[in-house]
Amino acid sequence: MLAKRIIPCLDVTAGRVVKGTNFVDLRDAGDPIEIARRYDEQGADEVTFLDITASSDQRDIILHIVEACAEQVFIPLTVGGGVRKVEDVRRLLNAGADKVSMNTAAVQNPDLVFDASSKVGSQCIVVAIDAKQVAPGQWHVFTHGGRNDTGLAAVDWAKKVEMLGAGEILLTSMDRDGTKNGFDLALTRAVSDAVKIPVIASGGVGNLQHLADGVTEGRADAVLAASIFHFGEYTVRQAKEYMASRGIEVRL
Amino acid sequence: MTAAGKTIAVIDYGMGNLRSVSKALEHVAGDKQVIVTADPAVVAAAERVVFPGQGAMPDCMRELDARGLRAAVLQAAKDKPFLGICIGQQMLFAHSDEGNVPGLGIFPGEVKRFPEDKMLGADGLRLKVPHMGWNEVEQKPHAMWAGIADGARFYFVHSYCVQPADPALTTGVCEYGIPFTCAVGRDNIFAVQFHPEKSARDGLQLLKNFVEWRP
Repeated sequence: MLAKRIIPCLDVTAGRVVKGTNFVDLRDAGDPIEIARRYDEQGADEVTFLDITASSDQRDIILHIVEACAEQVFIPLTVGGGVRKVEDVRRLLNAGADKVSMNTAAVQNPDLVFDASSKVGSQCIVVAIDAKQVAPGQWHVFTHGGRNDTGLAAVDWAKKVEMLGAGEILLTSMDRDGTKNGFDLALTRAVSDAVKIPVIASGGVGNLQHLADGVTEGRADAVLAASIFHFGEYTVRQAKEYMASRGIEVRL
Repeated sequence: MTAAGKTIAVIDYGMGNLRSVSKALEHVAGDKQVIVTADPAVVAAAERVVFPGQGAMPDCMRELDARGLRAAVLQAAKDKPFLGICIGQQMLFAHSDEGNVPGLGIFPGEVKRFPEDKMLGADGLRLKVPHMGWNEVEQKPHAMWAGIADGARFYFVHSYCVQPADPALTTGVCEYGIPFTCAVGRDNIFAVQFHPEKSARDGLQLLKNFVEWRP
């Protein structure tokens, strides 16, 4: 049976991991490659790098990180952040990324999803959706870190990007992100039920039960978390053992 | 130039990134040299050949021919250890429903999309396509599985799978809505639907087995 995936996410700026990490014996807690290797050893099913580099002249640093990662980490790598053109997608894939995630640029120019998936294949294209509840049972797509309401309904947008060729959806609840109160399960379930492509739940994980709920209640195909792994609260292996104890199929 | 017989050629016909494949091979290749190449002569001189592929099969077939690599692939598939990966496995078959194109025809059989009406999980929920993630592989006896537990998980990303006309070709079976052939082998050829280069320890073990394989 296909396993549900656990995906640690690293925020990277100018080649360094932003949020502090608390692994006991890391040589360099800011080195994304060393952290990715550690997650691989713990049994992570994939790793995601989110490049939040602000200045454009430092953008290419992520390419070198991806290249180095591909030499040492033999699990799938997704890279997002600052992807605006098909050429950006191509460069990241050529550096060694397996999937590239796009967010604001897809909202501003939906043709990008179609063009990119036509050129490199749907399996490489992830559309990240940042959603916020605007009324009970209704969520809109937001951009710019949750400041701009696009007016698009999250479920409709998910269906549209599927039609345009996205291979996967990374769904983040802006209401829950950073709260440690758990995923927005109603949102996750609404989107997961609406599309045939895999959905990764994101935003709000504070404990292992939240991860399991994302799969059982939210019907997510994969769960993404950052801080609970970075700060050493839990290892990926512990997360998997917990999910297995809840009857969820995982790769142990 | 490298001494002939010590190289592993990864065939590059312009369909996507081969860095992951070549780096994973280098990781286990010992003193053998891994060369990503579009040169038929380099393929012909190699000790072993890896035939990857990603994207859509019609594009892969077109680009293979556009680079004049078909003959080199067919020859390598006859006379040296040969590993097909993902679309590189599908292309070995006679025909694909994806774009309704002929494949290389080395193996009899078809490449078919996962049947929509069978895509139901044990919990009654619809299974997503593409089949993406880590799934269990039930092995049929083969030297390429040495050191890998039966039922070990490998990383898959695909919407189509092979249906060999000859059941004896099947060396591995996976289940996703339907049981499907995810590994095939005959003589010097072994090919897999999953991505060993992305399948952590067991994937590296499979690549190591290929590097050392004496069919």
